[in-house]
Amino acid sequence: MSRTLEILSCGPAVTVQDMGRPGYLAQGLTRGGAADTLALHEGAALLGQPEQYAALEMVGMGGTFRAGADLRIALTGAPMTAMIDDAPVAWNASHPLPAGATLKIGGARSGTYGYLHVGGGIDTPEMMGARGAHLSAGLGAALTGGDALPIGPDNGSSTGMTLPADDRFVGGRIRITASMQTKHFDTETRERFGTTSFRRDARGNRMGVRMDHDGAPFVAEGQLTILSDVIVPGDIQIAGDGAPFVLMCECQTTGGYPRIGTVLPCDMARVAQAPAGAALSFEFVSLDEARTLEQRANAARAALGSNITALLRDPHSIRDLLSYQLISGVISAANNPFAPEE
Amino acid sequence: MAEPVQIRAVGLAGLLVQFADTMSEPANRAAIAFRAAVEAEDWPEVRETSTSLVSTFISVDLVTTAPEGITEKLNALLATQDWHSAPLPAGRTLWEIPTLYGTDAAPQLEEAAQAAGVSPETAIAELSSARVRVLTIGFAPGQPYTGELPPHWDIPRQQALTKSVPAGALVVAIRQLIIFTNASPTGWRHVGQTAFRTFRPKDDHPIALAPGDELRFASVTAAEYARIVERDTSGNGGAQRQVLA
Repeated sequence: MSRTLEILSCGPAVTVQDMGRPGYLAQGLTRGGAADTLALHEGAALLGQPEQYAALEMVGMGGTFRAGADLRIALTGAPMTAMIDDAPVAWNASHPLPAGATLKIGGARSGTYGYLHVGGGIDTPEMMGARGAHLSAGLGAALTGGDALPIGPDNGSSTGMTLPADDRFVGGRIRITASMQTKHFDTETRERFGTTSFRRDARGNRMGVRMDHDGAPFVAEGQLTILSDVIVPGDIQIAGDGAPFVLMCECQTTGGYPRIGTVLPCDMARVAQAPAGAALSFEFVSLDEARTLEQRANAARAALGSNITALLRDPHSIRDLLSYQLISGVISAANNPFAPEE
Repeated sequence: MAEPVQIRAVGLAGLLVQFADTMSEPANRAAIAFRAAVEAEDWPEVRETSTSLVSTFISVDLVTTAPEGITEKLNALLATQDWHSAPLPAGRTLWEIPTLYGTDAAPQLEEAAQAAGVSPETAIAELSSARVRVLTIGFAPGQPYTGELPPHWDIPRQQALTKSVPAGALVVAIRQLIIFTNASPTGWRHVGQTAFRTFRPKDDHPIALAPGDELRFASVTAAEYARIVERDTSGNGGAQRQVLA
């Protein structure tokens, strides 16, 4: 058997993704990589491997996959229905996928981007130093049925682990900080931007997400005369029609529309994951506050490994319940479970 | 007098040094020269750098690096010379790129010539003899914005977009020429067609051009152009290159 994950069929927007491709900004290529990088950290924590390992990013729906060898998998990001050989399995958790077993991943129950991680990582050839597809640049391609993905050597063995569910899949409050052109929007416009309730437009992808709102468009002073300048993911560009567009991981490197602010990196996953129609609002924070919030998010990400717990299984869902050794080693009559810890 | 230079935070992604508010040749040169100087400093907190038309972007993780320290370093470097009159970095390349002007391959030559107030023949003569510089790379990987053409080529972009121009299209507006990386809709007018590939993902050097490189779009006949397309496998599209001293 070969260490592969075979794709029997899949949705239209399943790609290999990783932490992206830094170092090419001067040459017109943005970093790209996973739309929800926190999900990559979660998958890495569940499988006990580096977050640089590539995974499958699935937009809205997954597909049907078959293991070419005994594999370990983890499922993170937008919760989707998932079954291994027709038995439902938990999202946000790691599972064994034995050789020949079939994994079926259906539609997203909330959120937009789901991730399938494999122990050892997806080991497709690197393109310009990374494996992630950057479709707007013409690097890589969406996967289709019949593709077989090579899997790297797996140094881990644990499965059946889970992380607490996160709430980033339903929209909500997004913290932003000033961008280069924020001062081109007058105080009244900036305040209105902070109190307006937006809805994620159906037009959204890895390049950008449009936000709809009721009421007057947001207009900068001298809107049409701003010289084209650098763009970074998270920038909120106001196009000609006055609707904000949050630029995402696969955005262009430069642009001439004014930007009212820029989303904090730690809230980018919440923007990416918001499904069409989800309510979002934006709140300006100072650069100092932004740094503090981001440092806190970095610390939380680094501590993901300590939040992992064993998956509690519903006995009704265990088909081979009687084959489990349910008694030995579980209870110790000698230890007092209520004794205070040293 | 050069405009005052401004340093701005780009969210938490880094700092931007802006040499002007509007496009100008000296400010573009300043941005390119200053980027080379920042690269030469090799500061440990700098992840990467890039230039836009008149600014230099310094990518720094402002979460872990306080903005004050790096701003101070940039100010000190800015003070070392008048960047608006700085020479361009050494090792730039001059590219001579064979171009088929007009015909069905580039159907907006006449329209663009009319907007610039010259005959199509004069337009070809002017565009094919102009030596333009890569002002910045952007929009798509490796895609150059080059200029500046003489003032009468300050023609506006079209109101309505052309649905699609092919990869290698030479388009013009606002005293600049672009070679498109990928097929794309555009408001710029399609005046020439090249077989030059600005982005070659499978090559060791996937991006052919760099800011500061110079280009000439030499006019070739339809027959010559067809021969180039037939023979070229490199992506150079018959271009000749020469390193500038």
